[in-house]
Order: sequence, then C-alpha cells, then structure tokens
Amino acid sequence: MIEAQGLTKYYGPVAAIRDVTFQVERGEVVGFLGPNGAGKSTTMRILTCYMPPTAGQAKIDGLDCFEQSLRVRQKIGYLPENVPLYADMTVAHFLRFAAGAKGVARKQIDHEVQRVVDVCGLEKVSRRIIGHLSKGYRQRVGVAHALLNNPSVLILDEPTIGLDPAQIIEIRRLIQQLREDHTILLSSHILPEVAQICQRVLIINNGQIVATDTPANLISQLQKTARIALQVQGPASELAEALKQMDGVQRVSHEAGNNHHLMVETDPSRDLRAEIARCVLQRGLDLLELKSVDLSLEDIFLQLVTEDPAQEESES
Amino acid sequence: MNGFWSVYRKELYSSFASPIFYAVAFTFLVICGYFFYSAMAYFNLISFQASQDPMMADQLNITEMVMRPFFLDISIVLLLMAPLLTMRLYAEERKSGTMELLFTYPITDRATLLAKFGAVLTILAVLLSGTLPSILLLYFLASPNWAAVFSGYLGVFLLGGSFLALGLFTSSVTQNQIIAAILSFGALLMFWIIGWLKSIVGPTAAQLVEYLAVTRHFESFAKGVLDSRDFVFYFVFILFFLFLTLRQVESYRWRG
Repeated sequence: MIEAQGLTKYYGPVAAIRDVTFQVERGEVVGFLGPNGAGKSTTMRILTCYMPPTAGQAKIDGLDCFEQSLRVRQKIGYLPENVPLYADMTVAHFLRFAAGAKGVARKQIDHEVQRVVDVCGLEKVSRRIIGHLSKGYRQRVGVAHALLNNPSVLILDEPTIGLDPAQIIEIRRLIQQLREDHTILLSSHILPEVAQICQRVLIINNGQIVATDTPANLISQLQKTARIALQVQGPASELAEALKQMDGVQRVSHEAGNNHHLMVETDPSRDLRAEIARCVLQRGLDLLELKSVDLSLEDIFLQLVTEDPAQEESES
Repeated sequence: MNGFWSVYRKELYSSFASPIFYAVAFTFLVICGYFFYSAMAYFNLISFQASQDPMMADQLNITEMVMRPFFLDISIVLLLMAPLLTMRLYAEERKSGTMELLFTYPITDRATLLAKFGAVLTILAVLLSGTLPSILLLYFLASPNWAAVFSGYLGVFLLGGSFLALGLFTSSVTQNQIIAAILSFGALLMFWIIGWLKSIVGPTAAQLVEYLAVTRHFESFAKGVLDSRDFVFYFVFILFFLFLTLRQVESYRWRG
C-alpha cells in the first residue's frame, strides 16, 4: 500500500534522509520511530506529496507520489506535525472546508463532517473557534480532518505529542478503532506507545532505516543476553561474587546505591533461574524476588541509535 | 472545481472574520465619502457662481468635475489599502503551517491561487459597492452620465485587481505579513510614479515608463473612455503577477 524506494532528501548540502526503503501492506499499522530530527517528518512529507524527494520513488497504492500527485492525495489522510489549523475558523467550518477541498461531493459534505465529528468526539466543540480549543481537542480536530473522505491510507505525524496521559490514551483508542479499515503509518518518539498500537516498527536514525520488524522480533533479535533480576534480603556482595563464578553467567551488576538488587546477565540459550535460586538459599539469604527481564523497546532503541554512529565511524 | 470553491469560501470566511477587513473598509469608506463630499461641495460653490453667468453655466459638467476626481481619489485610497487586503493570503498560511494542508489536499496550486485571488477580488467589489450610496445621492440631485459612472467603476476594479495581483505576489515571497504589505506598497508606489521619469530619460525609455505607469491607463476610464489598450495593460499586469506567484508557490515544495 505504501512503498518507499531509496528515498533521499537533501536540504541544501544536508541530507535529511538517505536511501530510505520500506513497504507497508494494506491494513497494517506501522510505527515510525526515531529521535527528533531523524527524518520521520521528511519521509512523511514526501509520502503525502508535500515535497518531492531528491532521489528515489514513493508510491501509494501503486501510484507515484510525484507523477500522480493529485490522485495520491485523494487516497491520503494526513495529520502534519504540530497540527497546523486555521485558528480563526470554527471546528465545523474548518471541517466543511477540508471536506470540500478533499473532494467530498457537495451534498455529502454535511454527512461526512457529522461522521468524523462523531468518530472523534467533537460534538461538544463543533461550534467553537479552533484557536480557543485545548491542545487535546486541536489534535482531535486534526485527526478528524485526516479522516474526511475516508482515505485508505492515514499518515499521522506525532499524533500524541504534547497531550496529557488521558488524552494520549484516548487518541490511542481512536487509532485502534481506525485500524480496521485504514492502513496507518504513524510516527512517534515515544516507544511504549508504538509497541502498543503497531504491528510493525520502522526505526529510523540519522536519516536511515536501522531496523524494521515486529516489536517482539526486534526484542528477540537484539537480545544478546537473558537478564534476570534478583532481590535478596541481606548482604548481596558475596552472593554477586558467587554468581559470577557460575557457569553461563556473563555479568552481574548492582543497582546503584542498593545492594539488595542484582541484575544477572546470562547465556540466552540456558535457563539458570533455578540454579540461581538455589545458590541464594545455600548462602543463607532470603530470596524476595527473582524474574527474567525482557529487553524493552527503549533498550533496543537506544542500542540501535547509539550503535549506529559507532559503526559508521569504523566503516569510514 | 470543488477544491476551488472550498478555498474561495474559506478565504472569504477568514477575511470577514478578521478585523483587518473592517478596519480597511471603515477607513476606505470614510475617506471616499470625504472626497465625494468635497468634490460635491466645490461643484455646488461653482454652480452658485455660475447662476449669475450663463456662459459659465454651460460649461458645468458633473462628470468632469465630480465623477472624475472622485474615481482618481478612490484609486489613491486603494493604493494604500490594497496591500492590507492581500498581505495575509500566503504569508499567514506559511507562518502558521497551514500551507502543508493545502499542499496535501487534492487541489492544484493553480486552483488555490485563483481561489485566493477571486476571494480578494470579491472583497474589493464589496468595498467598492460601499461607495454606491454616493452615486445614488448624485442620481437624486443631478443627472450623472451613467456610462461614465460604469466606466469609472470598471477602471477602479481593474486597477484594484492589478494592485491585488501584485500584493498576492509579495505575500508569497515572505512569511511576515508586515513585510508583505511594505513590499507591496513600495512596488505599487513605484508603478504609480514611474511615469515621472519620462521627462528625464530618453525618448524610447520615456514611452516605456509612461506605458508602465498604472495610473495613466486608469485616467481614460475615469474620463469615461474605454480603450482596449488599457484593458490589455491591466490583464497582462494581473496575469504576469499571478504567474510569478504561482512559480513562487511551487518553489516552496522543492525548497522544503
């Protein structure tokens, strides 16, 4: 449904993105993840026909974003970063304008506007001026406007940025409703959010895609060690020494300023939990907690994002 | 076409919602009213004097003495007001980022441009229609030459349209509305006074600067003369600046 083929964009001498290639299938919800300035918005702007790439090709539903721009734009609902809206219009007027501009037939406009107002819960504010709305409502107006004319592809640039936790949950719920009949590409730099909503994650850093997979696969791929968190009662420093001697244990670390908590990193091919428990009890300590810890998406993200420059340096 | 009307309606909505329009309309109408009053009062005075002198009375001409100065005065006020009507058209869209919406809707850049220009022309027509009560007064008090009145309004509308096309262009070169207004005002003033150069420069250049002076083409309209050369001048002027604006707007895309 969405196809990016070797997309490159230069702003003057600076490359915002280099050779970005990925695909999103029909009906997928894909998260586009990366630190600020990684090139997420640039990629999205190319996909939405806001600007042409310096090199490469972007296609939506088989149509080229540059050659068949108008037809592509009819298929896309786009929520730009920071949600630019006409601040002097009321919500209803703005949505009516956007519906007309997006090619909704005149007789359908009222019906279509009513539909997105209902979906996004804007009934209460539809007569208010956009400039007077809270950030959360503005964001919802942005999403509502993207939904007009029922586009098959939704491209949402940071849909939850700047919202309070309750509003984030609301937007997330809304996106989950929408996944049923839209292909969605959304960007974010908040990881748990992407892990919850998306089936697949594209991680971009310094203008290049560094990983793309499901959150679960990314975790298993990048997990070089299995980690076990341990909490004991009593002095743990001796225990740490003993654990280090154990076969299959690679590292044992303390949490700073707290030697009751230990983090044991082991060979991922073996499960050492029972042996560790035994070892604790043999030393006469009380075992309070023992659990295996999965690498979080945050860890993966940091790993990918921090590894990358190091690799580049070694290459050059 | 659908997109054109949507943008057109949005522009009108935004214009009528903004206080700028009301401030401009208020000032424009007060000053135009003052000019009309002073021209009429002067005509009145001359008429009294003429009542003792039949030779002079024959030469009294309301088109020549009231309508013509009135239209010339309107054109001066328009020169001051037009930049204020056009300054926000593109500058505001870029500043607030809403350009990104227009660029990703299925509307061509040309349709957007024409919708914006059409909307601001409509506003001009609304402003000009505000001066109609003066003409109505004339209808009750005297017998103006209706053909000359029509020609004058047509001229003012074309002249105003040219001002607005130029203003639309300056609005597209900057994100700052004030700068757009200043550039537009400066350029309009240049086109106004460029004719003054004709006595200084050589004969060929003199013809050129005289031709370029926007007001010279207006004078014949104000007199009630419809000359195709003047129509051509205004149409070319408008098309030229709309073309420049379109190129400028298209360049936002590849400049990012």
